[in-house]
Amino acid sequence: MSDILIPLPVAIALLGAAISLGLGRRPWAQRIFGLLVLGTMVAISAILLSRVSDGSVLATELGGWSAPIGIVLAVDLLSGLMLVTSLAALVTVLVYAIGSPRPIEQARYFYPVYLVMAAGVSMCFLTTDLFNLFVAFEITLTSSYVLIGLGRAREQVRHGVTYVVISLLASSLFITAIAITYAATGTVNMADLAVKLVDIDPHLRTALGALFLVVFGIKAAIFPLFFWLPDSYPTAPAPVTAIFAGLLTKIGVYAIIRSQSLLFAGPGESNLLLIVAGATMLVGVLGAIAQDDVKRILSFHVVSQIGYLIFGLGLLTMAGLASTVYSVVHHILVTTAIFMVGGLIEQATGTAALRRLGGLVRSTPLLGALFLLTALSFAGIPPFSGFIAKLSVVQAGLEVGADWTTAVALLVSILTLFSMTKIWAGAFWGDPEDATIVVRRPSRVMTGAAAAAVVVSLAVAALAAPIYDLSERAAISLIDPALYVEAVLP
Amino acid sequence: MTVSLVVAVAVLYGVGTYLLLQRHLTRVVIGLAVISHGANLLLLLVGGPAGRSPIVNGGTGEYSDPLPQALAMTAIVISFAVTALLLAFAFRSWQITGSDEVEDDVEDRRIAGQAGHVHDDELDSVGTEA
Repeated sequence: MSDILIPLPVAIALLGAAISLGLGRRPWAQRIFGLLVLGTMVAISAILLSRVSDGSVLATELGGWSAPIGIVLAVDLLSGLMLVTSLAALVTVLVYAIGSPRPIEQARYFYPVYLVMAAGVSMCFLTTDLFNLFVAFEITLTSSYVLIGLGRAREQVRHGVTYVVISLLASSLFITAIAITYAATGTVNMADLAVKLVDIDPHLRTALGALFLVVFGIKAAIFPLFFWLPDSYPTAPAPVTAIFAGLLTKIGVYAIIRSQSLLFAGPGESNLLLIVAGATMLVGVLGAIAQDDVKRILSFHVVSQIGYLIFGLGLLTMAGLASTVYSVVHHILVTTAIFMVGGLIEQATGTAALRRLGGLVRSTPLLGALFLLTALSFAGIPPFSGFIAKLSVVQAGLEVGADWTTAVALLVSILTLFSMTKIWAGAFWGDPEDATIVVRRPSRVMTGAAAAAVVVSLAVAALAAPIYDLSERAAISLIDPALYVEAVLP
Repeated sequence: MTVSLVVAVAVLYGVGTYLLLQRHLTRVVIGLAVISHGANLLLLLVGGPAGRSPIVNGGTGEYSDPLPQALAMTAIVISFAVTALLLAFAFRSWQITGSDEVEDDVEDRRIAGQAGHVHDDELDSVGTEA
């Protein structure tokens, strides 16, 4: 029976978190145990992905209650890909955190909370139930509140509060949306909703679609709901920022993809999503250009890149969705990698301000190489995975005739390159601008973890053909959710 | 009965939104709690008309829908936990700054300073680190 495997990632992570809390007095046991737990989760999710790689959908009922009353967990290609990619990012960042010399990451609460977050992330991708998705969001977010507040410095409290309050408001809106959905259809199971939402008043359906877009849009940081992200992410410790930037916004993107394709897909492309995508790309990159701090520049780029993901989704064609699925995989890995490198720059020099940095390529050439590789992929230069992601979305956009958004996407891609060049010229080239900065060698373990993340993100380009193949198959089942509905509803 | 509940939900959302826009973190926390009460009441409301019997084995007649009640229970527990966490943040903020006011964003202040709305001496008091 393959079904028993589906709830395992969540169960193992939660159980692991409990045991990890008990290991608090033995730091090394806690670290190794955390790696073991996440490693097992990666193995299980890889098996799940291989089982659904032909485009089938696996589902299992929790507690013996069948859908639509009981909670059903299901894996299809989209959730399988997201699960494997996210867990791979979680493992590399955990190694990065283990190597981190800052005392806060060594606090004994870091590892249990980190594992709880892994459980929440896995559940987001596996669940087929809107309310269960809410619970999964809350598990992920509550642990992220703790992680962003670890260290309790003044900056962290100020910006952590913004993050917590805005997320809580989104959660309340989420419950409101669920309540209205239940009132309209009498179900919160997504497969059941896919069938029943067709019959309700189209105006109500549009209103619900918009409400869910706002709820998930706050988490995904799309325009105009992104302003909390560049403020809060850079203040957290480097490993926490890396995993937040790589993963947390992508959970929102996943929820947008799932809800907009399964529940609220209209005929043809969605103009609302295309406008939102264009504005997100443009505003994000313009924000990045105006910044001076490496972590803040990168945080604005996270916002900008989300726009590309929404662009592919808004087209609602096979090519557009396939591009979005491939881009999500690319984006999780590359963002995590580039933030890890950004954290290393800060660790080596004690600052992330470009006006104080300079000449790093001579003092730490390895760091320069790592940054160059990820930055080029991030900006979409061939032959890196970012190029494939952007090429596919531009092609899909031109096919449908979404010329304006495509033009914005191309312009933003040039501006992204400009902004990456700015970091390169400011931090790596030239002479050190501040004589008081002594460049130290960053921790070996952290550098190794960052290098591993860079290699994994390069693998997305090297294995582009099979991954893109999977993305296309995932897109087919997103366009025609009959198989998903059939697997979830017995 | 139901209409008064609908009005109650609307009032709770309104009051919560007003409190959320205040500068004091304690008020923001109360505002969020009030909004989540409104959301929970809304969940209860969508379960159908009041006064039906609970779902029991062997009972007769029409049951009240147990599902929204289960959802509301879960939501209450979650909002309780998160409110506690937010209060810890407010306490920490009070420990650091001596008040629980949400601080100005440094960058916003700098932009306001460039536009001439804030004087430079005020800027210095919030620190210079971006």
